[in-house]
Amino acid sequence: MSAVLEIEGLRKTYKSRRRGTRNALDGFDMRVEAGQVHGFLGPNGSGKTTTLRTLLGLIRADGGRMAVLGHEVPAALPTVAGQIGAIVESPQFFPHFSARDTLSLLAGAGEVPATRVDEVLELVGLRDRAGERVKTYSLGMKQRLAVASALLKNPKLLILDEPANGLDPGGIREMRTLMRDLAASGMTVLLSSHILGEIQLICDSVTIISLGRRVAFGPVDQVLAAHSHGAVRVRLDAAEDLAAAAAVLDRAGVPVTRHPDHLMLSGVDKPASVSRLLAEHHLYVSELASVAVDLESVFLELTNTAPVPGQHRQVDESAKVGGTGQPGVAGGGWGA
Amino acid sequence: MSLYVTELRRLAKRRLTRMLLALLVVGLAGIATVFAFSSHKLSPAVVAQAQAESDAQYRQAVQGWQKSVAECEAAQARGEQTEERYGPNCGRDWQPQPEMFDPTWNLPYQFDFRAEFGIFVAVFAGAVGLFAFLVGASFVGAEWSTGGMMNLLLWRPRRLAVLGTKLAAVLTTLVGVTVVLGALWTLAFWLIGTWRGTTARVTAGVWQSVGLDGLRALALILAVGAVAFALASIGRHTAMALGVAVGLGVVSEIGVRIGTAIAGVPFGDRYVLSTYAMAWFQKRWKLVDYDSCQFVQGACEPKEMFVTWQQSGLLFGLGAALVLTAAFWLMRRRDVA
Repeated sequence: MSAVLEIEGLRKTYKSRRRGTRNALDGFDMRVEAGQVHGFLGPNGSGKTTTLRTLLGLIRADGGRMAVLGHEVPAALPTVAGQIGAIVESPQFFPHFSARDTLSLLAGAGEVPATRVDEVLELVGLRDRAGERVKTYSLGMKQRLAVASALLKNPKLLILDEPANGLDPGGIREMRTLMRDLAASGMTVLLSSHILGEIQLICDSVTIISLGRRVAFGPVDQVLAAHSHGAVRVRLDAAEDLAAAAAVLDRAGVPVTRHPDHLMLSGVDKPASVSRLLAEHHLYVSELASVAVDLESVFLELTNTAPVPGQHRQVDESAKVGGTGQPGVAGGGWGA
Repeated sequence: MSLYVTELRRLAKRRLTRMLLALLVVGLAGIATVFAFSSHKLSPAVVAQAQAESDAQYRQAVQGWQKSVAECEAAQARGEQTEERYGPNCGRDWQPQPEMFDPTWNLPYQFDFRAEFGIFVAVFAGAVGLFAFLVGASFVGAEWSTGGMMNLLLWRPRRLAVLGTKLAAVLTTLVGVTVVLGALWTLAFWLIGTWRGTTARVTAGVWQSVGLDGLRALALILAVGAVAFALASIGRHTAMALGVAVGLGVVSEIGVRIGTAIAGVPFGDRYVLSTYAMAWFQKRWKLVDYDSCQFVQGACEPKEMFVTWQQSGLLFGLGAALVLTAAFWLMRRRDVA
């Protein structure tokens, strides 16, 4: 499969006399395949928006390589800009213009046929409110307008930063359907969001960034599998046998956590082996279930941003790949 | 549709542009209307009336003088001292003369197109210059502060071309507004001169001079618009341009004047911007150093210095070029965040 977007070793450093040096991007890598919906995840301040801004030529990188649709950027941005639709961070429009005026002016600047304006207004559900000033719009409506502006070019690569921000539940579902339809039509979508349930539902693959570096990437199911740690929940016919079962499993080298009515095992590759081992000791399993992880728990684990009671985590307190005790990546190397 | 046409449309669609243009038109029309009412055509009847008033004032003055001399003579006959009250020789030497009562003093004001239209070109330039400043600054300032510039750069990544096109759109609009309103302004004052003043002695040379005044006004308006645009782009906000304008005004017009006066710098006004604006329109502006004379020692011609329109052009041109260069350099270098 060909890559629509490739980033390798991207670096961006902010220097300040008062605050010193801060690496917003520290050798960040990313690869997005054609026709995919790719999730781009990371805690606040992890470098997501900096990555997107750098990719789109708004910020100058200090190092690394980027390519979009086979062209090196930012040098070739003027060539490929017509094929990239993007919204970066919160939608910002001139408040006194109507949605139609806003899109019409963008279409004019991008030499897009004026008929496309009404098409995208219809697509994002703003047809009937297109003549109203943007300043009267709710956040969700502005978000729809932002998506409409990104779709105006009928791009090959659509980059959306928090597109569901401010949308009502119906709007979120519409956005999800829209993303899928766009991907089905051959458009590649790069989606940055904090709504991890949505990402898990929509995206084919993900990249997770923390402190400016990639901490995980790959197809969603592979990322989940790589971080499930073989967790298995075990219940026995007789609850009083739990202590004996725990001892058996412990002697077999399986990490066990005791709970009042069940045991939690980890690192189990083949759950059937647990059942067989216990049966050999006349301990009979009534429930043996692999515990599935979701993207949220993987995200929290990888970025080390799970809330801890009594602690107030600061925005830059998250995980960097390769740090002590940190998990590795699901894949490896440039564009793997 | 090209980016240039789009930017022209964007500028025309802006509420502030329309509002300021309406205010400008209303303001200029108001000035012309008030001025039209304050000017009066000098018909033969008006001139004759002024002459009659002048003659009457002369006669009244002669009667007063005769009465004063008579009173003085009567006082002398009574043996009183009169010199202090009536002057030497009872003031007989001070008889009023007819030429002391110029009939033109009794004439109402009449607008003279040839002599006075140049001043109104400067007034026009001031009003349109203010319009240029606000429109130029807000056009790009609002784009930066509302995120419009970032959106546009996502569509058109060539930054210098984007900023240059926006500047071109502003300057083109200013040329259009200046030319159209300038023509209407000239027509209005020509009509005022025709119906309520005089357009006598307006030769081809006078029109040429009016044309050159107009070109100087246009150049100043474009420079003001471009500088405001550049300042707002540097600060990424309209307020940047407004702040610099207010700051420069305070420093130049008040601070420098006070500072040079305290320090005793001769011709201190040569460091004041408005001096150069006046020289730009008047072709040259005279500065006088009254401190160079010690009048107690008798008559003295104070030293003079002239600021020419060429010097003004150099100063304004270099200033505009410097600010524009900084704006384009920053546009090329800066992170858009």
